[in-house]
Amino acid sequence: MQAASLPDGPIEQKLPSDPHHAVWTLLESVADPEIPVVSLREMGILRAVREGADGLEVVITPTYSGCPAMSQMEDDVMAALAQAGVPARVVTLLAPAWSTDWMTPEARDKLRAYGIAPPQATSCASQGLNVVQFATKRVASYARPAVACPQCGSENTTETSHFGSTACKALYRCLNCMEPFDYFKPY
Amino acid sequence: MAAHTDYLLHLADNALILGQRNAEWCGHGPILEEDLALANNSLDLIGQARLLYQHVAALRKDGRTTEDHLAYFRDVPDFRNYTLLELPHSTALAPTSAGNRDYAVTIARNFLFSALMVLVWESLRASKDAQLAAIAAKSLKETQYHLRHARDWLLRLGDGTADSHARMQAAMDHLMPYTQEFWTSSEMETSAVEAGVGVDTNTLRAAWDEVIDDTLAQATLKRSTTDGYVSTGKLCVHSEHLGFVLAEMQSLARAHPEAVW
Repeated sequence: MQAASLPDGPIEQKLPSDPHHAVWTLLESVADPEIPVVSLREMGILRAVREGADGLEVVITPTYSGCPAMSQMEDDVMAALAQAGVPARVVTLLAPAWSTDWMTPEARDKLRAYGIAPPQATSCASQGLNVVQFATKRVASYARPAVACPQCGSENTTETSHFGSTACKALYRCLNCMEPFDYFKPY
Repeated sequence: MAAHTDYLLHLADNALILGQRNAEWCGHGPILEEDLALANNSLDLIGQARLLYQHVAALRKDGRTTEDHLAYFRDVPDFRNYTLLELPHSTALAPTSAGNRDYAVTIARNFLFSALMVLVWESLRASKDAQLAAIAAKSLKETQYHLRHARDWLLRLGDGTADSHARMQAAMDHLMPYTQEFWTSSEMETSAVEAGVGVDTNTLRAAWDEVIDDTLAQATLKRSTTDGYVSTGKLCVHSEHLGFVLAEMQSLARAHPEAVW
């Protein structure tokens, strides 16, 4: 049902020919509340602008199930629409499940410049599918990828903690420049 | 319909009660990183519970049921979580709360449950209940990470010092019998499986055993016996500990019903 109606992948910036170009452009100003350098579209959270049964709908999808920033994002979208006088409602859809694979290349560059190592390209979305039979593989699929330090670029880094300051991040340390940094976990 | 929502409540209550138990470490973690880890883990679990409660409320369409009503205004005989998840963080049988928390018990419980839920969520992605399938796809990603975290610590503590090894083995010996409840049958599960909504956990048992045996071997731990008393939390018949968990979790909401932030 709803699963098929949402795009599965990064959302490109809309061309002026798009019927909802103005709304997309307006929402480009709505940033992630905890990572203010990237927009909701660049994060893959803003999924669609469409005509619903009751008028215009802006579709967003949650990141982590318990991410406390989700309601803030919804409020920010509503505020931006209200300020511009655009009548629309915000719809939250779960499927297809958000993935860090949906982050745009620009978002990854911005995260790195902001001091957060962007997620490795292959999210764990595929891991559950690939690994079916063997116990060791089921968990070994978490073999840690080389994460490049966002400060000096070295891949000589180590994981300090599986969990960091927010649900979406882990804590790393660079063994080259010795700086600690956040790693946006693949999801 | 009742069996369908009961099944969803079973999944939701599991997540909520373990989320609440893990959150007891908030501010008391053995090290700062684990404090953060358990808080993050709880955030995911409570988030999963919310999605499931919201789904139950939407299915009931009675105008009364809300996620808050389901979490805060039901009592012990209404909860359908596994007994395993409501037990205190201790290998002793008597204490009900804080006191002598043992991180080995926390790790063992999260390991045993996450190993099951990775398999359950994998299967439920094909549920005929499309919203449950969507929740499963999200929860799977989070639960895989929880499993990795618990498994890492299980290896570290099991294959660590003599003291950590002994405490990890004691925690496994204490909790393993409660995993019998994963495989017992219940009407709500049978109905949900027949309707194509739920998954028969017995089809997952061999895969679960493999994860457990493989990890225990690497952790130099022995697999404990699982005979004896079979717990019945999912049938709403709980240990004496759940009441204390609910008292702490629900008292604020009940003292100020309908309160808004």
